[in-house]
Amino acid sequence: MKYYDKLIFELSHPGRSGFSLPNCFEGAGADTQQTRATLGTVRGGTVSCANGGAERSEAVCGCLIPQHLKRESVLDLPEVSEVDVVRHYTNLSQMNFGVDTGFYPLGSCTMKYNPKINEEMAAHPLFTGLHPLQPAETVKGAQEVIDDLDHALAAITGFKHFTFLPCAGAHGELTGLMLIREYHMARGDSARTKVIVPDSAHGTNPASAAVCGLEIVVVKSRPDGLIDVEDLKPLLGPDVAGIMMTNPNTLGLFEKDIKEIAKLVHGCGGLLYYDGANMNALLGAVRPGDMGFDVLHLNLHKTFSTPHGGGGPGSGPVGVAESLLPYLGIPKVSGFHGNFGVMMRAYAYILMLGRENVKNAGPYAVLAANYIKESLKDAYKLPIPTVCKHEFVYDGLINDGGHDDVPGATTLDIAKRLLDYGFHAPTIYFPLLFHQALMVEPTETESKETLDAFIDVMHKIAEEAAKDPEILHGAPHDTPISRPDETTAARNPIVKA
Amino acid sequence: MSKIIEGLLYSESHEWVKVDGDIAIIGVTDFAQSEMGDITYVDLPAEGDEVEKDADFGALESVKASSELYSPVSGTVAAVNEALEDAPELINEDPYANWIIKVNISDTAELDTLLSAADYEKIAK
Amino acid sequence: MLERIGVGSVADLYSDVPDEFRYKGEYDLPSAMSEQEVRDHIEALGRKNVQLKVFVGQGAYDHYVPSVIPYITSRSEFLTSYTPYQSEISQGTLRYIFEWQSMVCRLTGMDVSNACMYDGPTAAAEALRMCVASTRKRNKVVMSTRLLPHVQQVVRTYMKYPGIELVAVDDVLAELGPDVAGVLVPSVGKHGGIQDLTGFADKIHEAGALMAVYCDLSTLAVLRTPAEWGADIAVGDGQSLGLPLNYGGPYVGFMACLKDHMRKLPGRIVGQTVDKDGKRCFVLTLQAREQHIRREKATSNICSNESLMALWCTVYLSLMGPEGLRKVNELSSAGAHYLHDRLMATGKFEDFMATRTYLNEFCLKPLCDVAKLQKALLDGGYFAALQLEDGTVTFCVTEKHGKAEIDGLVKIVEEL
Repeated sequence: MKYYDKLIFELSHPGRSGFSLPNCFEGAGADTQQTRATLGTVRGGTVSCANGGAERSEAVCGCLIPQHLKRESVLDLPEVSEVDVVRHYTNLSQMNFGVDTGFYPLGSCTMKYNPKINEEMAAHPLFTGLHPLQPAETVKGAQEVIDDLDHALAAITGFKHFTFLPCAGAHGELTGLMLIREYHMARGDSARTKVIVPDSAHGTNPASAAVCGLEIVVVKSRPDGLIDVEDLKPLLGPDVAGIMMTNPNTLGLFEKDIKEIAKLVHGCGGLLYYDGANMNALLGAVRPGDMGFDVLHLNLHKTFSTPHGGGGPGSGPVGVAESLLPYLGIPKVSGFHGNFGVMMRAYAYILMLGRENVKNAGPYAVLAANYIKESLKDAYKLPIPTVCKHEFVYDGLINDGGHDDVPGATTLDIAKRLLDYGFHAPTIYFPLLFHQALMVEPTETESKETLDAFIDVMHKIAEEAAKDPEILHGAPHDTPISRPDETTAARNPIVKA
Repeated sequence: MSKIIEGLLYSESHEWVKVDGDIAIIGVTDFAQSEMGDITYVDLPAEGDEVEKDADFGALESVKASSELYSPVSGTVAAVNEALEDAPELINEDPYANWIIKVNISDTAELDTLLSAADYEKIAK
Repeated sequence: MLERIGVGSVADLYSDVPDEFRYKGEYDLPSAMSEQEVRDHIEALGRKNVQLKVFVGQGAYDHYVPSVIPYITSRSEFLTSYTPYQSEISQGTLRYIFEWQSMVCRLTGMDVSNACMYDGPTAAAEALRMCVASTRKRNKVVMSTRLLPHVQQVVRTYMKYPGIELVAVDDVLAELGPDVAGVLVPSVGKHGGIQDLTGFADKIHEAGALMAVYCDLSTLAVLRTPAEWGADIAVGDGQSLGLPLNYGGPYVGFMACLKDHMRKLPGRIVGQTVDKDGKRCFVLTLQAREQHIRREKATSNICSNESLMALWCTVYLSLMGPEGLRKVNELSSAGAHYLHDRLMATGKFEDFMATRTYLNEFCLKPLCDVAKLQKALLDGGYFAALQLEDGTVTFCVTEKHGKAEIDGLVKIVEEL
């Protein structure tokens, strides 16, 4: 990776351009002239004709927008050639680290390899030209992709059907909560306005609940990291809409008491929401629908290998049990049919793996996570030593090297030092239960050699910290930039060029 | 060891109060600012807003955290420290000199529920 | 590996799962396919779709896609990276988002843009939520019924559950009052008419509410900008910036606002700063607004967005420049006006646009049997004349469709 310091605007040169457009109105002269004359009359004196001498199509457009509806300010977009554009973005890409660059043990994000055939299928010209409002009889192939995917996800999760409108996991959470509210409202049970969220939950859970107009009640975790059932009991009542859980939870632990929790929540009239962010661990092992959950979302960009694209697009389909089926079509949460291109990638992924291999993804991911967890517990604090699922959490170094006036190496330091060694950092400072949380999720697509290389580097970093934590405080040293000044960025925001 | 000033009143949510007649001058404690780290923004109410005891009236933001500000007393906002809009770091520099809001106290009895410096010292660690 | 972990088998790693929940069945999925088989299968499905010449817009516009764009967006470093939390190894993503934010600001005239939203309709809904959050103790919002139908539907959904009172009317200004937090109006209406928003901002602001404008980024090259109309918030879809129709997605929503409301913006925002050595660099900033810090008090629950699509649009805008984007509008508009006049000349429609100014999209009142009209067009390979709720039929022309294609469409109508 090398530092490259341009913005596209800084390459701009007046008069240069990188576009190629048809001149589709050659020969339409008489008619368009007619158009102009007709409309000019209709609009009375309000039209102006700034481009009288320009080519016809220009003249038509320029003249047909009355002055008071026209853009006044100059449009300052870059004026660059095609090669300028290609080189600029190629240079930008070389400052980025992706799954294709190296190991990405980012907890809760399931950064598995993204097979390339999926990209090609998503860009298939027999699908990319379809308008979302085309009549059903002209989009039978696209609909079959959605129906097949619905069937596959239902088979894998144990739910009845899915809506594919949500464009991301948090969007799915919101949709799922809307479905829970529809269910209660249809039963005249309008007092259920509270949703229970564990203290270890993803931040999106409480945020989605708030956007859905629900009040959040937090249930505590026990020291072993699981939901405290005794703490849950007094929270349940006629005002509870439901509970949001992820299982395995954000500590990578399977919520063993799920049966009792489901019984208690259902017993008070509430429903169970399954946050599918951690579903990868359960592929081939457990179906959320069998554990008593009523509604779930999946992250196709996690469990089903669609690329993260620097933050999206994702897809967060929501599945429901029988009881919520009547409401599935009600919340219209995005414009058309959801992110079809992302669905196509997930579909191709499932087709490639097939029933023989989908079931191996979870166990292999869990194997990789436990292997790392056990390999590094001599150097990193492991607050919860029991068997984990797809991910686990360390709480900083056992020996952080701090002495006298020299502060020890923190989780942030470890994360930054990893970048020097060619690995992406784990998720840090989440979940909030531990001060120095370092959350590692390897996924099933990494070989033993890759896992061993990561383990070696993590050991090496621990040794560096013990010897001289300053090396870590100053990290990263070998990346295109060193640590940025985030305080100044937030105090005096510069958010556009 | 964070600084605590004798003679001020304190809340469990780490605000300090200086009473000046009917007016409560409110800021955050040294402990609060050191827990937050570099403060990047102070979300302030407007003059004339009603505040309620123990309800949030604004927030402190740092790069990686946000903390609600809870009013130790009920009343009407009489003034806000506008200097904090452009220089939130003033709170890091001296949290006691740089007050956040002044409130016209509606119920002086509420002051009795606040902590003394000695009592606050027990929880600020 | 098992030895290191201290278990006898992979199944032991699930020993904490109660036996009754262990899935012992076989997934009801097809058998594994080779790449070739996947390719053949999807090709076969694709042949069940009918490839049509698209003459409908309504929020999804069939513009030309320059070949440079997919080459760049398919670069692994962009495609397979996560949200740029680790800025030291994410400067590529952070820079293009900063460029996108800058371009959105330049097109809309606004001060601040976020890193993008899921799509236009969700951005519209978030804009109204932002109005409620920014104005104190107001819980009513007003949206224009001139907005595209799919935008109205999503807004209704988002307002329903948190109990935000929503009024959908044609005359939005008549609804202003002390409880109204925000007003959402389109820059171009669902019938294609360019809206005259003169005086709207003053009246909305006088009533203490915020003004949000739903607009199409491409058309802002020639149309009066949200800032020029006096709006506080601009939202819409970036699809018209060369994103393929793709059966409705992924597209990309955008959201921009005046500086005063910056801290109420949902979603990611990238800011410029310097690194320890003084080098210019970019980071995710103002994160205290967001769900991972603020949880239930966050401005929104949005977490991932449509970053790669924002890159797509940024590359498109870089290639087009001000001149290219203006030309796209001019060619589309010329085509639309030509089609309009030719269709009117068939005698099978009553004019609907006589009192409206339009750009690339327009409606007509059919004087013929709409089902027959649509069927004839489909049989001829055209998707056009989609009927709206009020009975009018809608047409849209982009620079992709030349005169010959338009004449072909007209001929089908003539022969009806």
